[in-house]
Amino acid sequence: MKIGIPKEIHPGEKRVATTPEAAAQIIKLGFSISIETGAGLNANISDEAYQATGVEIVNDTQVLWQQSDIILKVRAPEHNQTLDKDEADLLSPGACLISFIWPAQNEALMQKLANNQVTVLAMDSVPRMSRAQKLDALSSMANIAGYRAIVEAAQFFGRFFTGQITAAGKIPPAKVLVIGAGVAGLAAIGTAKGMGAIVRSFDTRPEVKEQIESMDAEFLMLDFKEEGGGTGGYAKTMSKEFIDAEMALFAEQAKEVDIIVTTALIPGKPAPKLITAAMVESMKPGSVIVDLAAEQGGNCELTEKNQVVVRHDVTLIGYTDLPSRLANQSSQLYATNLRHLLTELCPEKNGNINVNMEDEVIRGTTVIKEGKITWPPPAPKLSASPTPQNAAATDTPKESTKKSFLPAFVKQLLPIVTAGLILFGIGAVAPESFMTHFTVFVLSCFVGYQVIWNVSHSLHTPLMSVTNAISSIIVIGAIVQISTANSTVTILAGLAILLASINIVGGFFVTRRMLEMFRK
Amino acid sequence: MSHSLVTMSYIVAAILFILSLSGLSNQETARKGNYYGMLGMAIAIIATTFSGSVTAFGILVAALIVGGAIGAKAAAKVEMTQMPELVAIMHSLVGMAAVLVGYANFMDHAISISGVEKTIHEVEIYIGILIGAVTFSGSVIAFGKLSEKISGKPLLLPGRHWLNLLLLIAAIVLGYVFLQQTEAGGDAIIPLAIMTGIALIFGVHMVMAIGGADMPVVISMLNSYSGWAAAATGFMLSNDLLIVTGALVGSSGAILSYIMCRAMNRHFLSVIAGGFGTSSGGESAAIEGEVQPVTAEETAQLLKEAKNVMIIPGYGMAVAQAQHTVNEITKLLRDKGKKVRFGIHPVAGRMPGHMNVLLAEAKVPYDIVFEMDEINDDFPNVDVSIVIGANDIVNPSALNDPNSPIAGMPVIECWKGETTIVLKRSMASGYAGVGNPLFVLENTRMLFGDANATMQAVLKALKE
Repeated sequence: MKIGIPKEIHPGEKRVATTPEAAAQIIKLGFSISIETGAGLNANISDEAYQATGVEIVNDTQVLWQQSDIILKVRAPEHNQTLDKDEADLLSPGACLISFIWPAQNEALMQKLANNQVTVLAMDSVPRMSRAQKLDALSSMANIAGYRAIVEAAQFFGRFFTGQITAAGKIPPAKVLVIGAGVAGLAAIGTAKGMGAIVRSFDTRPEVKEQIESMDAEFLMLDFKEEGGGTGGYAKTMSKEFIDAEMALFAEQAKEVDIIVTTALIPGKPAPKLITAAMVESMKPGSVIVDLAAEQGGNCELTEKNQVVVRHDVTLIGYTDLPSRLANQSSQLYATNLRHLLTELCPEKNGNINVNMEDEVIRGTTVIKEGKITWPPPAPKLSASPTPQNAAATDTPKESTKKSFLPAFVKQLLPIVTAGLILFGIGAVAPESFMTHFTVFVLSCFVGYQVIWNVSHSLHTPLMSVTNAISSIIVIGAIVQISTANSTVTILAGLAILLASINIVGGFFVTRRMLEMFRK
Repeated sequence: MSHSLVTMSYIVAAILFILSLSGLSNQETARKGNYYGMLGMAIAIIATTFSGSVTAFGILVAALIVGGAIGAKAAAKVEMTQMPELVAIMHSLVGMAAVLVGYANFMDHAISISGVEKTIHEVEIYIGILIGAVTFSGSVIAFGKLSEKISGKPLLLPGRHWLNLLLLIAAIVLGYVFLQQTEAGGDAIIPLAIMTGIALIFGVHMVMAIGGADMPVVISMLNSYSGWAAAATGFMLSNDLLIVTGALVGSSGAILSYIMCRAMNRHFLSVIAGGFGTSSGGESAAIEGEVQPVTAEETAQLLKEAKNVMIIPGYGMAVAQAQHTVNEITKLLRDKGKKVRFGIHPVAGRMPGHMNVLLAEAKVPYDIVFEMDEINDDFPNVDVSIVIGANDIVNPSALNDPNSPIAGMPVIECWKGETTIVLKRSMASGYAGVGNPLFVLENTRMLFGDANATMQAVLKALKE
């Protein structure tokens, strides 16, 4: 099948849906690829680089759209000013479009695409499950956004991130607060930490505490019991009391920190307002706030979408195109996500895609199948982390199965008393000669106990085979008896010698063989 | 050779045996320990042969040579994966030898003793044969189970505990009859023979009721029995060397059994009584969720990215003979500067220390092979754990599901690592018949297929 990659037309969009490396891999799957001329220029990828891996360069936008069975894009289809046509209408009927779509926000676009009888896979609808991680473009873009957020903050922040003591005086390290420790938040933590800042982070989901601490940042605890984890590992809306406690924490932190990065998003809802105007005012002059939720209205009351503004001496960065500002890197990751998706779609590597609705990942990603809107998908089967029922079972104490008719101390004493009585009984009746042997026996048992207790686990098998060989000492019993007049006895003893000697030689030899193998 | 000289030789032999066992307590001294054992055995046999009571040298030497040759051949040929079978069949030989010596002693009327001493002597013969016979038949069944000639599933006869009790009572009653008849001066071979039959049945029944996963306990228990059989024979013949050696072996086997039971958090009696997994208190939690398969190439990729790798082998590795491939992978990863370690559960495999021997055979250095307790706390630092053909020993429900049949058993907590890759032939449950929630955890990937074939594929992908 033919894959086409048009140039992105959204103003400021620098990314491209495939890179030469990814293209080479996709061609291996049996597809042929065409790309609109200059599509990669903004991401520093020349047409020649594509050509070198076997990608065809097409000059005419319209031709590219029409000849392709599969269109790979970054942004959702928009109105093409130069052609005065909607990209959605450029698709040939029956074609397949793979890009970000945001079906919840773009109902009109969805309807239009459905009317055009196409199949659409939305990269923003990839289910959040482990198997789909390699095609999770949201995560890979969020990672870049988190990194870029710190870089942007550094740009506007008037000081070092790292603390230094120089001849010219002492420089305190910058303090960074990251609100929301999702992929973007963690990337921001890592970047800020790498630049030497003191990083704190807050999240409503207590389970991310470990992740934050693993990045060497401080997790701000809220003394409040409420779980913030919703389905699919995303956050949910919290109760009023919780939010109040949270806001108090932020107000206190705002006075102290130099940089705040907010990444709090709740799927399908406007971003929660976490940083009030009053908090911004309380911040030190020269502080920076990077609002990664600007697209959804912003976590800060004063954020302006796509703008950098200064309010109360605080710089507020509301860029929504952070991944695009690292175009080469994000194109690379996005292209790899797309390649993984194509691999899933084309399991037979024959250059044909199969939108298999039985496959959970493909089902979730597909928002329109041959003109029928299939979004939203049924709730994903969540792979089982310990289920609550399980935990409940742990809590219920086990009922004691049987009541013993003997009190505990009698039970404990019983074996000792029995052993004592038996020993007494033997001592009372046994003759002298037996007692000498018995002494030897009991002492040997204790010697054996002392000797064996220290044997290392790894030598248990050799130990068994050697004790096995040694236990063939029974051969001596047979040897003593072999020379009698009674022929039956001789035969029995001879047989016993035969069996025991198999064991002696076999046991020692196999032990030797094994021990030779153990080496450092 | 004078009587005192023989006794002195026996003392030397006994000391050598003790040194031999203590030598096996660590790797550095283990080989020396084995040689001590050989020396002790040689001294004991030579001293007895020339003690003056032996005249039938022809038969003796012939039996020794033939037996020795068979033993040497078996030892040279056996595959390391078959060690449990070999050990089991060897136990049966000791058991059989004990029975034969007992009968020989019983029929040999040369010894003239009377009164209490005679009674005690008869009891010793009786007990020696009893233990010998149980060891023999039990070991034969264990051998059959291990070599899969007999199903590994526990055979649970109705009222099996009563049957055992009945057999025990019968053995005691027969013992009484036997003593009465010998007191009367008669030939009491009939009760003795019946008892032998009962003991054989008892051995068969006991081991049949024990499941495959409990085999390490059974093997070490039979090891212990073979020791007690030797000790009983020692009493019978008034031979201190036999008593000492038998007691050493007996207590060693008993301790190993105890260690194995502790590793499974089970009571010794409950293992011996058999019927694993039948008496759980309630419904154990059903396992829901979806497994995430992974390919050999992706596994190789994960390994390439990992710094700290843990390999957890189980019986499946032995079955698939994958230890050599595993070693190749280990070498490759270690050459790349990664930390590779092996985590061994005490009851992994079918006999104590089984996995260690297999890894040693594949030339995995023993200083990267660790016990469960040594590495369990370290899993949060592990990037990738590979579970090869193990199931119950990595089952988290042992820790968090009180209704699980294996509840309370210490397990290797590989799920605390970053990623776990489980190699498995299919989605069947382990020997204990218990489902394993590990397989559906979010950080677990399943690599299906024959362990050796998939490991080969991983190796190939790693080399690329």
